Amino acid sequence: MADHLRKGKVIGVNGNMVSVEFETNVIQNEVAYIVQDKDRLKSEVIRIRGRRAELQVYEDTDGVRVGDDVEFSGELLSVELGPGLLGQVFDGLQNPLPRLAEAHGFFLKRGVYLNALEEEQKWEFTPTVNVGDKLRAGMRVGFVPEKIFEHNIMVPFNIAKEVEVLEVVEKGKYDLKQVIAKVKDANGKTHMLTMKVTWPVKVPIKAYIKKIKPEKPLVTKIRIIDTLVPVAIGGTFCTPGPFGAGKTVLQHLLSRHADVDIVVIAACGERAGEVVEVLKTFPELIDPKTKKTLMDRTIIICNTSSMPVAARESSVYTAVTIAEYYRQMGLNVFLLADSTSRWAQAMREMSGRLEEIPGEEAFPAYLESRIASFYERAGIVQLRDGKVGSVTIGGAVSPAGGNFEEPVTQSTLKVVGAFHGLSRDRANARRYPAIDPLQSWSKYESFIDAEALKSATAILKRSDEINQMMKVVGEDGTGIEDFIDYLKGEFFDAVYLQQNAFDKIDEATIAERQTYVFNLISDIIKSKFQIESKDEARKFFLELRQKFINWNTLEFQADDFKKIEQDILEQIKSKKAV
Amino acid sequence: MHKVYNEIIQISGDVITVEAKDVGYGELAEVQTQGGVSLAQVIRLDRDRVSLQVLAGSRGIATNDKVRFLKHPMQVSFSENLLGRIFTGSGQPRDNGPALEENLSNIGGPSVNPSKRIVPKNMVRTGIPMIDVFNSLVESQKLPIFSVAGEPYNPLLARIAMQAEVDLIVLGGMGLKYDDYLFFRDTFDKHGVLPKSIFFIHTASDPTVECLLVPDMCLAVAEKFALDGKKVLVLLTDMTNFADSLKEIAITMEQIPSNRGYPGDLYSQLAKRYEKAVDFDDAGSITVLAVTTMPGDDVTHPVPDNTGYITEGQLYLKNGHIEPFGSLSRLKQQVNGDTRDDHRAIMDRMIQLYADFKETIEKKSMGFQMSEWDDKLLKYGGRFEKELMDLSLNIPLEGALDKGWEILSSIFEPAETGIKDSLIKKYWKKK
Repeated sequence: MADHLRKGKVIGVNGNMVSVEFETNVIQNEVAYIVQDKDRLKSEVIRIRGRRAELQVYEDTDGVRVGDDVEFSGELLSVELGPGLLGQVFDGLQNPLPRLAEAHGFFLKRGVYLNALEEEQKWEFTPTVNVGDKLRAGMRVGFVPEKIFEHNIMVPFNIAKEVEVLEVVEKGKYDLKQVIAKVKDANGKTHMLTMKVTWPVKVPIKAYIKKIKPEKPLVTKIRIIDTLVPVAIGGTFCTPGPFGAGKTVLQHLLSRHADVDIVVIAACGERAGEVVEVLKTFPELIDPKTKKTLMDRTIIICNTSSMPVAARESSVYTAVTIAEYYRQMGLNVFLLADSTSRWAQAMREMSGRLEEIPGEEAFPAYLESRIASFYERAGIVQLRDGKVGSVTIGGAVSPAGGNFEEPVTQSTLKVVGAFHGLSRDRANARRYPAIDPLQSWSKYESFIDAEALKSATAILKRSDEINQMMKVVGEDGTGIEDFIDYLKGEFFDAVYLQQNAFDKIDEATIAERQTYVFNLISDIIKSKFQIESKDEARKFFLELRQKFINWNTLEFQADDFKKIEQDILEQIKSKKAV
Repeated sequence: MHKVYNEIIQISGDVITVEAKDVGYGELAEVQTQGGVSLAQVIRLDRDRVSLQVLAGSRGIATNDKVRFLKHPMQVSFSENLLGRIFTGSGQPRDNGPALEENLSNIGGPSVNPSKRIVPKNMVRTGIPMIDVFNSLVESQKLPIFSVAGEPYNPLLARIAMQAEVDLIVLGGMGLKYDDYLFFRDTFDKHGVLPKSIFFIHTASDPTVECLLVPDMCLAVAEKFALDGKKVLVLLTDMTNFADSLKEIAITMEQIPSNRGYPGDLYSQLAKRYEKAVDFDDAGSITVLAVTTMPGDDVTHPVPDNTGYITEGQLYLKNGHIEPFGSLSRLKQQVNGDTRDDHRAIMDRMIQLYADFKETIEKKSMGFQMSEWDDKLLKYGGRFEKELMDLSLNIPLEGALDKGWEILSSIFEPAETGIKDSLIKKYWKKK
């Protein structure tokens, strides 16, 4: 192709932005390589003015000279999709990090790119179609087993109309380069299908019949989320919080316990150490549902803070594209992005170098639309084979100074379905997860009875009001009934909303147990108690709290669980007004 | 052959521009002025216009001064000869020793492949309960000390260094007061750690651009020693001065500022340095402790704010002690599960109770009557501050935990502590 001959020359370098003078034509957002001695530095065209194009370089630009050659590839930034993604660790450009380490040791060598999928690896392919079958994009021609899933091999997503199967191979072992089927499209063009496809990361995959409204709750096993601010399968939520409020710990808990098929973790511009923790612990943790290690259902896209900034920008797109790919197989995929603020900052850095007119806090004017179109890639969809698949997106946000009024948080809040705001006060008081129950909201429905929830949230609000009031009028100026309401709120917070992430049992609560425990707490909240003095009230609730905290660490419906339950019921009975 | 250019077409701040060909981004050059020779670094290329930041500052540079490009980026020497030596930010001797030019390597190298990192697991004991019990320091951690001017952050830094079990200490001073530099030198000397230390010192009176190089010099050297199997502790003070230097150069280069004049890439610039902290598989490690002064005691100021998002926790130094709220070692969970079974419970509950105490103090100061519970909290808070928070304490972790139980037992009923029964049974001290 003539495209391969398109070249240019470097005429300027400013940080990770390189200006290039080109000869023939260039395509906006196409991938280009700067040829630098032996290195080929991957970059993307982000602006064209006359004969001058600006590239953002996915590598360190040290040593790049004016006059260096640039080669344009004609392709948009794409990822490889096929069997072998599960359990992998990629950087923002989908380079497999463990294989890079094998080849190049401790450090990330510049200009080295490896195929995301190992082409030589053979997979046991089972065809599911016959010659003559009519298919649409995204429908399967067969499957291979990948970890615990049937990995569908599908008609490429970019074929617009119906295709007819001309040939399909027999059941057997094939590698990723071998043609496993031939199909003819409506225009009579023949397509050779392999088990591997590529897809441009910034374009959503739309090979489905329709999007469905997300309504079914996604059980995260985090009580405060499932009960008060639930997430729906195919929904979106964001978790803004100042540093130290526990965003990452919360994301890790979600990635471990959420009731989904596949988890994609996008570690975007955050600490490398946090990714390492996932890398080292997940292969050892057993998923109670599948009895396999958590790594078997996890894909990690990791572009940590010290890795090149431009690749950070692409890492969230890489992650969401992979998530959409598995969604096409009828699976529920959960994408956790930590942190979308770093992604926004990467856009800001580039915008600054392009000398675009800055918006608020120097973020570019297109910040809001970029954030919106990212979250819009979540959803639950009806597939052409009748199955339903989903992508749920949860993004951590790191607002500057912990102030939620900043542009990234505000733009995100406009487009998500649930807001889990972390509060520094709660974190300082070691009330984890530090989601502020009064400030946070969700547009989705919980599996807990809505009426019971109303009284529970009411008591939280009331308790907070009384607490504020007590700071002014003092405990003495507070009536006993108000005081008991205050204690009820605190009790609900301490034994239910707070959860001990370091206790094997307490860290994850299944839906059945949540409902069970919540009903008892709801009963306590609604009850009137015969208590005379405030000290007596405090003592009563402290004891009750102590019992609940012990209760939370015991296996659901085990003998000792039931024993403590009896104890709790008796204590409640002893003071309950008839 | 190095071509010499002698036409400087622009001088603005500490940045000069010359017209030159075949120059690499990040490359080093020598500028020959009346006053001597200074190094300069390429920070922007635009066709033939090459902008360089001059390490010694632009004062006294004439438009016809000679600029010679060296064809390599900033480098630092690495050998055992560095030990016990003191250098400037650009690697020139500050003591009376010889200049080192053997075994040169580039500074600011590539980052470590995350899949080659290991989960840190070794606790660094300091004998300070506020660190050991509540915010355990871990090998390979990057931890800033947030502080305001006037707090004893440099003595604290020095003290942790004295007591930490490491093979090597690299001290980076940025905008350091000359007195403080002497303090570090003399203290290290007195305690016999100078021979295993390397200093890169930029004092407040040195040129701004040199300040920018200090962290990279320190970390490049630390990395070499760590790969050689050494446990290295890097001490940096003060990173706010580093950020201010970044700001100065960015403004000179007419970059659009993002927040309070700081460049938009402040986070990435800081992260690039802090992320050098690492524990190499089968080799040594780098632990970074960095002072970040907060202008106006404001943690939302861009420098401490961005730092907090990068580092693995932070220590707040306030009124001469490490604040129990806000101070956090994110890696403590890696080590405090293996110390003693009560470590985590004591850590969590004592802080929660201290938070309750603070509320009670507030109520008391507003003149409210104290309940029985308030009285207990008041008693508790007093003892906690005196017996555990004081920075001059030096007790081993186990001793500090026992002290915690003693305080709790003497004031509260077991149920009031909210600690689970199995631990109460084991450690509660009967009256």
